[in-house]
Amino acid sequence: MSHHRVEMRKVSYIYPDGTTGISDVSMLLRHGESVGIIGANGAGKSTLLMLLLGILFPAAGEVLVGDVHVTPKTVSSIRQRVGLVMQQADDQLFMTTVYDDVAFGPRNEGLNEQEVAEKVKAALETVGLAHLGGRAPYKLSGGEKKSASIATVLAMEPDVLLMDEPTAGLDPQARRRLIRLLNRFTHTKIITSHDLDMIMDTCDRVLVLKDGELVGDGAPLALLSNSTQMEEWGLELPLSLMNCPNCGAQKK
Amino acid sequence: MNRVSNALLNLRQMDDLACKDTPIHRIHPLAKIVVTLAFLVTVVSFGKYDISGLLGLVFFPVILMALSELPGKVMLKRLLVLEPIVVGIGLFSPFFDPREMIFFGLTISAGWATFLSILIKGTLTISAGLLLIATTGIDRVAEGLRMLKIPKILVLQILLTYRYILVLIEELSRMTRAYFLRAPSDHGIRRDAWGSFAGQLLLRTYDRAQRIYISMSLRGFTGEYHCGKNRPMRGGDWVYLLGWCGFFALARWMPLAQLLSLGLKGVMNP
Repeated sequence: MSHHRVEMRKVSYIYPDGTTGISDVSMLLRHGESVGIIGANGAGKSTLLMLLLGILFPAAGEVLVGDVHVTPKTVSSIRQRVGLVMQQADDQLFMTTVYDDVAFGPRNEGLNEQEVAEKVKAALETVGLAHLGGRAPYKLSGGEKKSASIATVLAMEPDVLLMDEPTAGLDPQARRRLIRLLNRFTHTKIITSHDLDMIMDTCDRVLVLKDGELVGDGAPLALLSNSTQMEEWGLELPLSLMNCPNCGAQKK
Repeated sequence: MNRVSNALLNLRQMDDLACKDTPIHRIHPLAKIVVTLAFLVTVVSFGKYDISGLLGLVFFPVILMALSELPGKVMLKRLLVLEPIVVGIGLFSPFFDPREMIFFGLTISAGWATFLSILIKGTLTISAGLLLIATTGIDRVAEGLRMLKIPKILVLQILLTYRYILVLIEELSRMTRAYFLRAPSDHGIRRDAWGSFAGQLLLRTYDRAQRIYISMSLRGFTGEYHCGKNRPMRGGDWVYLLGWCGFFALARWMPLAQLLSLGLKGVMNP
């Protein structure tokens, strides 16, 4: 069985105030798949990520990473295999230098400084920030911060990479660089985003959540080009699939 | 830029200064902590009228400042921020201790000598603390404290409090900016908004601290804070440690200021 497999079996979660997070969600993600999770605000995307990482635990159903059930007892081993890039890079960068931030995870694994240095170097080179290791995180631009926060996760060499709104707040060029970077990764990727064009560019499968329920699962183009269905889900067509705003000419 | 943003920049400037690469910055944190503690003990061991003895200890911060290439203006500003507290502590001494005493050939009230002594002691101890942080950084100070067998929980508390202050000031900066953009004629936050402002600040920082904690947990944090820079003490570190401790002992038992004045007299009247 692959360690990179992620599975949810009839998972439900209800917040303490009674709000439904997700309801009866089942899905199976295989090794190397790149999956986009989309949905309107409050659809349950972030809840789903938190359940995969053991930040929350399901009220019903079960979550598996590889063959291991996500429970309070297994959570530390799960977190070595699943990495999360948070929506706000500032929440992920809390040390005094970029190097120390990237080294935080490997050091907690108990590696010696030479091994840590090798991992940090490799992670920073992957995201193109090798020259900024000594810089304070608060002095980085938005795009650099996002790349640095990805490096903090890559340094732990996870099997599965989770990303919460990775392109939020990035300028067009930084966004394009990030898409190229994501496409280079061979990890199993789960990306939640409202940037549907980025989802089309990086994912080979899309899951749609609505009011906590899984309502769509399929190839990006097939799902995202159906304007009637997209409207039902509280979404819009990706910009790249919209007709010309000037002359109304249809996309081929 | 508002004062809150300035405070944030000032705090971060200390972190930046700690990243410099000078002979003092390269000294092992354990040696620097022990020397700072020895300095503090020496300073407070002087009697309340013993000003001439204290003057010899001024060499420590001055030499450290010069060797660590720290900007004098920046350090002086940090020092002056805390100086009013020292002045406040010593302010009433001249009223409570009006006896007269001879000081460097001048007759002054003993209270003023006490005040001057408190001022010098305060300045020396604050500058030693500032120099330790500015040449070592909070992470390496924590590393040194762990080597001194200070309990893990206490060191972690210091580190996370330091981080929490940054989070608190960041959120405060955002909130005050948002407030004054919508209340441009106000000179301060209105009294009727104090409650909700403080409550919001607490909730927001708690929320942010929670997200940072989750981020730390996801990267294997279980309560032990690894800074990763621990190396054994080397020859240079021992020279620094023993050299300064020797100097403090000398300054304590043989007041340098008196030695210097005697030396000067000797030179002028051979």
